[in-house]
Amino acid sequence: MTRDELSTIAWNGIWKQNTSLAQVLGLCPLLAVTTNAVNGIMLSLATILVMALSNVAVASLRNFIPHEIRIPVFILIVAALVTVVDLLFNANLHQLYLVLGIFIPLIVTNCIVLARVEAFAAKNPPLQSTFDGIFMGVGMLWTLALLGGLRELLGNGTLFGGIDMVFPSLQPIQLLPADYPGFLLGLLPPGAFILLGCLIAWKNWLDARAAARARRQPPAPAAALGCH
Amino acid sequence: MMTAPAPFLLKDASVSRVMTQVCLALVPGIAAYAWLVGPAVLIQLVIASLAALLAEAVMLRLRGKPLAMFLSDGSAVVTAWLIALTFPPLAPWWLVATGTVFAIVVAKHLYGGLGQNPFNPAMVAFATCIVSFPALMAQWPSVGLQMPLLDQIDIILGLAPRVDALSGATPLDAMKTALKLGDGEIDVAHLLANQDIYGNFAGRGWEFVAAGYLIGGLWLWQRRLISWHAPLAFIAAFVAISGALWLYHPATFANPLFHLLSGGTMLGAFFIVTDPVSGCTTPRGKLIFGAGAGLLAYIVRVFGGYPDGVAFAVLLMNLSAPVIDLLTQPRIFGMKDES
Repeated sequence: MTRDELSTIAWNGIWKQNTSLAQVLGLCPLLAVTTNAVNGIMLSLATILVMALSNVAVASLRNFIPHEIRIPVFILIVAALVTVVDLLFNANLHQLYLVLGIFIPLIVTNCIVLARVEAFAAKNPPLQSTFDGIFMGVGMLWTLALLGGLRELLGNGTLFGGIDMVFPSLQPIQLLPADYPGFLLGLLPPGAFILLGCLIAWKNWLDARAAARARRQPPAPAAALGCH
Repeated sequence: MMTAPAPFLLKDASVSRVMTQVCLALVPGIAAYAWLVGPAVLIQLVIASLAALLAEAVMLRLRGKPLAMFLSDGSAVVTAWLIALTFPPLAPWWLVATGTVFAIVVAKHLYGGLGQNPFNPAMVAFATCIVSFPALMAQWPSVGLQMPLLDQIDIILGLAPRVDALSGATPLDAMKTALKLGDGEIDVAHLLANQDIYGNFAGRGWEFVAAGYLIGGLWLWQRRLISWHAPLAFIAAFVAISGALWLYHPATFANPLFHLLSGGTMLGAFFIVTDPVSGCTTPRGKLIFGAGAGLLAYIVRVFGGYPDGVAFAVLLMNLSAPVIDLLTQPRIFGMKDES
């Protein structure tokens, strides 16, 4: 795998094909779980683990899986891995496990996982597939963390609420004054939709601005790097 | 003979003219309201108007639209006034400002600005705030509250503590709570006769506010600025469902007159469901829109958890307005039905 290949995979996962902002996949956990940054980060970490492992498993087996029944086989592989993650969370982060609840087992049906397996791992070698899974997950991680952080800041005035469930020694940060009344809409589903819409608009705006700049100076060699 | 090209409009129906007249039509209701709860209402109107104009100016600037033309059209002020009139009059200033800014920025400009919003901005503001700040949105001044202007300003600006005794429930809320607590032993007639909060027909004093909106609404209709379809259907649906339930069990359901003169019924009938942008445009569509909003408002008000249901009912009907319009296209003259 070349450096170029790696940077393309990373750029695709983190920004260009960001699961939440460009593909807009997996909205169910995104809307339900991001009531604070910690929940979003922890669910994303679980998803990263599942995606990396399922991508490498499918990529290794891709030449042995019959094409006609590939989807059931993919689902079986993903389900087995999710069960492992589910049991790990239950054993080690029990409090958080209770908060995230059904959304950990539901990673099985998360369309991001199946989409990457079908669109990437089934056609590419294991190493690239592993990185694709990881970087797609990282794209999801920062988006969910940002969305969760914005939502809890708006709704509670705090940041990293529930961090004590992961690191018992840490406390949430109270960013806004203690008598902040709390704009509850931020914590409710409509707030998640509105903020996600704003984030998507923000990404599109940045992309449009970058495209306009690239048009103005077309032969610039810097464009080949694929970074802004 | 020289004539101007079509269309041959008989009168100037520019946006700013219509909006000015809508504001004028609100004046009787505002006057009654200010008489009932004091000048706090007027302060809220000023706060909401300032917040609306500021938000409008910022959004127009961001969108690169001409400031002067859109700022002076008055649509933001109408939205602001409707918001100020639906919020509790002694609410802190930032509550009304937040609602107004949310209405202008999210409900109006993010959807494309004047004439493009699928939802009524004022109702979006009310729904947003009652969902986000349920406690503050339920603090209505108790009946016959006498308080000097300066004290009211202090409370609104947050300089004085918010005393719980200042705030009561609305007549609608009081009735719902009493019926729930009474659990079948208290009936509506007894409540209406014995509680100080009720006047002859509905909430004491609130009857006059509702009558003020009714007068303003009838004037708008007389000026042909609104058609009769949506308000009549709204009121008819309210009367039909509240009348049916009242006849069925008068002990637990208040009579139609009480419901017509309580909460946001009159304001909703003449100033909210008649919104030409977020409502239906065909005559039959307006009838369906008004009737649907009336039915839903009654159901949310009586069986739901919120003090009044007009806002949620209107938002739900806003969602269905495009489909209703599509299904109720009038037959074009000279064309066969079923094109």
